Amino acid sequence: MTPLRRWFWVWLFGLPLLALAIWGIADNQRLFFATALNGLTLAALYFLVASGFTLVFGLLRNVNLAHGSLYLLGAYVGWVAGEYLGSWFLAVAAGFLFAALMGLLLQIGVFRFMHGQDLRQTMATIALSIIAADVALWIWGGEIYQFDPPRWIIGSTALPIVGKFPTYRLVLLAMAIVIGLALWWFLARTRVGMMIRAGVDDRAMLSASGIDVQMVFAITFAIGAGLAGFAGVVGGTALSIAPGEDTRYLLASLVVVIVGGMGSVAGAALGAVLVGVAEQFGLAYAPTYGIVFSFVIMALVLAFRPQGILGRRA
Amino acid sequence: MSAAHWRKAMNFTDAGRSWSGGRAAAPPRQATRTPPAGVAATSMGWLQSWRHIGTRHVAVLLAVLAYPWIVPPFFTYQIGGQSLVLGLIALSLTFLAGYGGMLSLAQMTVAGISGYIVAILGVSGTPEISLGWPWWLAVVLAIAGGSLAATLIGWLSVRTEGIYTIMITLAVGMAFFYLAQQNYAIFNGFQGFQKVVPPVVLGVDWRQPMPFYYLALFWALAGYLFVKYLIRTPFGIALQGVRDNARRMSALGYSPVAHRVAAYAVAGAIASIGGVLLVWYNGLITPGSVGTSWMINILIVAVLGGMRHPVGPFIGAVVFVLLQNFAIDLVDRERFNLVIGLVFLVIVLFSPDGLLGWWDALREWAKRRMAATRNSGMARTAVRASSLRTSSVSQVRPAGRR
Repeated sequence: MTPLRRWFWVWLFGLPLLALAIWGIADNQRLFFATALNGLTLAALYFLVASGFTLVFGLLRNVNLAHGSLYLLGAYVGWVAGEYLGSWFLAVAAGFLFAALMGLLLQIGVFRFMHGQDLRQTMATIALSIIAADVALWIWGGEIYQFDPPRWIIGSTALPIVGKFPTYRLVLLAMAIVIGLALWWFLARTRVGMMIRAGVDDRAMLSASGIDVQMVFAITFAIGAGLAGFAGVVGGTALSIAPGEDTRYLLASLVVVIVGGMGSVAGAALGAVLVGVAEQFGLAYAPTYGIVFSFVIMALVLAFRPQGILGRRA
Repeated sequence: MSAAHWRKAMNFTDAGRSWSGGRAAAPPRQATRTPPAGVAATSMGWLQSWRHIGTRHVAVLLAVLAYPWIVPPFFTYQIGGQSLVLGLIALSLTFLAGYGGMLSLAQMTVAGISGYIVAILGVSGTPEISLGWPWWLAVVLAIAGGSLAATLIGWLSVRTEGIYTIMITLAVGMAFFYLAQQNYAIFNGFQGFQKVVPPVVLGVDWRQPMPFYYLALFWALAGYLFVKYLIRTPFGIALQGVRDNARRMSALGYSPVAHRVAAYAVAGAIASIGGVLLVWYNGLITPGSVGTSWMINILIVAVLGGMRHPVGPFIGAVVFVLLQNFAIDLVDRERFNLVIGLVFLVIVLFSPDGLLGWWDALREWAKRRMAATRNSGMARTAVRASSLRTSSVSQVRPAGRR
């Protein structure tokens, strides 16, 4: 795309949005900035869920539709751990470890045997997500669970313009940024991260250069699943955990990675910001059509850039 | 361009029909197959197709016609009617996935859109929203609207290929579910529409079990025969060509995108008819009827039966409905999802061709035994003749059995 055309698109979508934003600020400054901040914190949560999804897809070409189930299972297990151990931080760790273990088991026990058969793998993940949702309902019932985070996190912080804002959401935002940076460091600077990136580009070459590809796959799957479980506890603290959350976050991950580009962690961050902010603005300004905004973004991206904003053609 | 031309141009061989091109190790069964002669859709096609009607077709037809006279009304309506309606919706997926190579999860969404249009334009228990138009107008507009929605979904999802399709259609379907649930002005939110009943036409109350059964049976048969016919037309064959190798087809001057979008439109029309029947069957439509679980249930029905033949979804639907109604006698009522999830997992892991695949394997095993014992040429001819009817390899078995 030539720079001129790129600017054309930027202005085509940017100008109306800018006009709307100016109107929003002039109309109700507090509502506008509070919504923007809410959108960013939701984006943080979406990024945590979707980054694992996109990582797994990028390397394994496995569309893990059980990703939402890993989120929910991680949240439930984290809740149980939090109840027994009395520490929210241990709950987070438990959620991460349990989901990572589940991911490892899935990769070693199921997906390894269907390598290269995308559709069968995807359908197996659908079957597993049905089973996981029903088992979770069996064990934990239909009640809504709340986490019990440390006192200093759940208060509120005074911010300029917005006023009082829940501290936890700011912590969430910070956590997502830290995780994002850690993920970047892991992928860009460590040896395993290098293997993963090489695998994304060319799996056959990676295995030809003497690397145990199955091990790299297992590590990636464990990290991706672990991030979902981590997000389960962290997101469950911000909102709550209940049956049905699995599909909600699966949808969020799907839209985020379709918008951002499959297999790209930076794309997941960009997509999460777009979708999260759009959803919150939709909720604030057009309550019953909130979902339409995310959908319109997805449709626009598919219409003009099918591989996603930062995606590469397969 | 006729089908015969196309076959010649593609240098048509049976091994080339496997979906994944060169990647797949072709199943050994394929080696003995001859190219289907009936595929040539000339003017003789219809005449020839009569020759394929065997005893079993007549027997099945008589059985489904006589069925409601033999069994109690519960079986006619709850088992028979529901299986036919679900089968019809799943048939649209079988057509898309088996012959077009596009596994869309949004077929239930299309059916749901059509059902919602019936409820919104026609008569329902929510007169504040429903417009109360005559039933035939509502139905025609519902089918048109459903097909239009399907075309748009198709247009969006054919921009990418393969595994992306399933993600995009899943996202579209989920987005529609949340929209229907959140929006009260048009979709009446969580409650949806109650009391959407079939009309009384020609003095027959179509909500009664037997009339509804025959109504569903008529449309199921119509859909089945339509798909059977369509896959032998030049369009259907070109579509299968696009499934097998889109680049070659576009090199031959076909437009893969146009064929795929058209396939979505056709499948959308089938699903829309199914959607109208489904809303009449349930007598209501709620966001739950287009939720993720039902979108996936349609996939389960189609995969369970097998996507290689248009009869698969109906077999899958019967098994699904029987499980739904009678698995609760074996396990806890609440645990139906666990059962159906496990059944689906077993099918995906062990029989990518669904129950039809097992049936074929069983028959082949029997034939091989027969051939081994008698070692006559007749048995082998029988294998060949029977394999003419089973259509090509579906997308669900991309890399063959390992």
